[in-house]
Amino acid sequence: MGTISLKNINKSFGSTEVLKQLSLDIQDGEFLTLVGPSGCGKSTLLKIIAGLEQQNSGDVIIDDKNVNSTRASKRDLAMVFQSYALYPHLTVRKNLETPLKLRDYSFVERLPLVGNFVPSRKEKKKSIDDLVFKTSETLKITELLDRKPGQLSGGQRQRAALGRAMVREPVAFLMDEPLSNLDAALRVHMRSELSELHNSLKTTFIYVTHDQAEALTMSTRMAVMIDGELLQLDTPSEVYNNPSSLRVAEFVGSPKINTFAAQISSDGSVEFMGIKLERKFNTNSQKALVAVRPEHLEITKDSNKPAFEATVSYRENLGSDIFYHVQVDQSDSKIIVRGSPARLISNGETVRISPSHAEAMLFETSGERIR
Amino acid sequence: MLARHYIGESWKHGLLIIGALIVLIPFYMMVSMSLKSQQEIQSISGGLVGAQEIQTFPVCTKHGYTEEVCTMRPYKYNFWFAFKKAPIPRYLMNGLIVTVSIFLIQVLIALPCSYALAKLRFKGREFVFSMVLFCLLIPVHAIALPLYVMLAKAGLVDTYAALIIPWTISVFGIFLMRQFFMTVPDELIDAARMDGMGEYSIVWKVMLPVAIPALLAFAIFSVVAHWNDYFWPRIVITGNRDLFTPPLGIREFRGGIDSDEFGPMMASIVTVTIPLIVAFIVAQKRFVEGITMTGMK
Repeated sequence: MGTISLKNINKSFGSTEVLKQLSLDIQDGEFLTLVGPSGCGKSTLLKIIAGLEQQNSGDVIIDDKNVNSTRASKRDLAMVFQSYALYPHLTVRKNLETPLKLRDYSFVERLPLVGNFVPSRKEKKKSIDDLVFKTSETLKITELLDRKPGQLSGGQRQRAALGRAMVREPVAFLMDEPLSNLDAALRVHMRSELSELHNSLKTTFIYVTHDQAEALTMSTRMAVMIDGELLQLDTPSEVYNNPSSLRVAEFVGSPKINTFAAQISSDGSVEFMGIKLERKFNTNSQKALVAVRPEHLEITKDSNKPAFEATVSYRENLGSDIFYHVQVDQSDSKIIVRGSPARLISNGETVRISPSHAEAMLFETSGERIR
Repeated sequence: MLARHYIGESWKHGLLIIGALIVLIPFYMMVSMSLKSQQEIQSISGGLVGAQEIQTFPVCTKHGYTEEVCTMRPYKYNFWFAFKKAPIPRYLMNGLIVTVSIFLIQVLIALPCSYALAKLRFKGREFVFSMVLFCLLIPVHAIALPLYVMLAKAGLVDTYAALIIPWTISVFGIFLMRQFFMTVPDELIDAARMDGMGEYSIVWKVMLPVAIPALLAFAIFSVVAHWNDYFWPRIVITGNRDLFTPPLGIREFRGGIDSDEFGPMMASIVTVTIPLIVAFIVAQKRFVEGITMTGMK
């Protein structure tokens, strides 16, 4: 079992409030990503769950037990750190054994020399050896067991750190940006490996990242945190397609979502950039913001389609996609449009841009979503 | 162009060589005098090793040895007589006991202190650290008298304890290790806590192995300072020759009827210096690393 729930967590360092009344329920076996820009408090939240940091108020409940005053090591959680935090003076094998020895051996059994004479230690040692071997097999690090962390590459260290977390068979894994020290190719590869690992272990994963791509690709659910608040907790596709606020919409998605000022008439119809949206919205406001993702804007030659004119100022070629940064003619705002590689448009050309009506989202000027 | 470059470089090297000679000449004289006979030393002749003629040494016979025993080559005589005249092995042993005890206790105290100052958050941490820095400014000589009175009142004068206790808390060690621990990532400590280690386990099982280079540097500072210390042992060891440290032992060769016999005296100094020189050569790289790491002294 590995359900974790956080109730009204508050945390501040001095006068800076890092977490504000944060509540979160994490289900057994899910891969939950805490995602947000740096400094949003996501790592602090993870440390509070781990017991490495004490919240100012609020409760941490693991498997229906309040663990507010339980020590980090007794919470039966394992953590993987960004810098791996392997003991540099111990071999990988010893690194993997350490948490098990500390958990399973009694004080006397841990003593050097004397410990060898305690009869119960032999059996425990056997089971520790088995666990270490099994884990190293799963992670394919068996041949690295006798090396020290300094002799390993980044990816190998990453595996060793995962191994140290896995041997304890914890109720949940806590991961603090574990992939951010790897190079781009390896990072993408490790993403899939982590997902596979999660599928085979079926243990709760809580994964902290600032990289929304990691959050979108790996998680069962993602929690978007900005400025110490939990803004949205939902499946990746729901967060991407149906963000609850403009801040979430702007954080998730790359390139960033485009926003336009819009006017709302009394009958609820919305007009922006001279285009009238087909849908009607139920709101009392007169001004609002329309947000459209780059892939939902189309560069069109069809003069019948409602569209606005813009000038291409910069072309970003990613191979499969091309993003055009365009200057909107009527205003001084710049937006990003996805184009097809089939037809390249050069800088300085004027294009007609037509939004997809179904995908346009409406937000209050204060940021709340209007549905 | 190239020649100019060499001239520009050579004057620097010339200056450094002169500096090195100034430092090395006393050493050269010490070694040379420990090998030569008294006549050669006084007439400043014989180069580095002297003629090494077999001769009978008058000071030796004055001490009651037979002429046969006192006839040998000067280098042999100097070292043989130095060991005969003073219990040098005993002094070396005392030096070893004192320096090693001081260093071990210093580590025992400095590591937890510097760990707390570097990695734990508690009220008044900055104040405590500023007190540590303040203590670095206090010269030993300023507090020697009160220290002596305290030890005397406790009845510890003329014991190993008097030689060791005043040095067991090394503010320099605390400062040095604190600066080193600041560079150890917090994540390593968090990982140890997750694994179930207590704070003391973290200090001894994680921080200590990580800090070995810094500790070696500190070991050299500490051992050199206390091996060579003359001032403090001179104050607290008043009579008992069995407690003499090497520098006090060398003093034995001054004064008395044979006060001007330099050969055995220099031989004893060579014997006392050799352990440090060997230690320095072995740990030379670490020593330089240690100094550059702290940017001190």
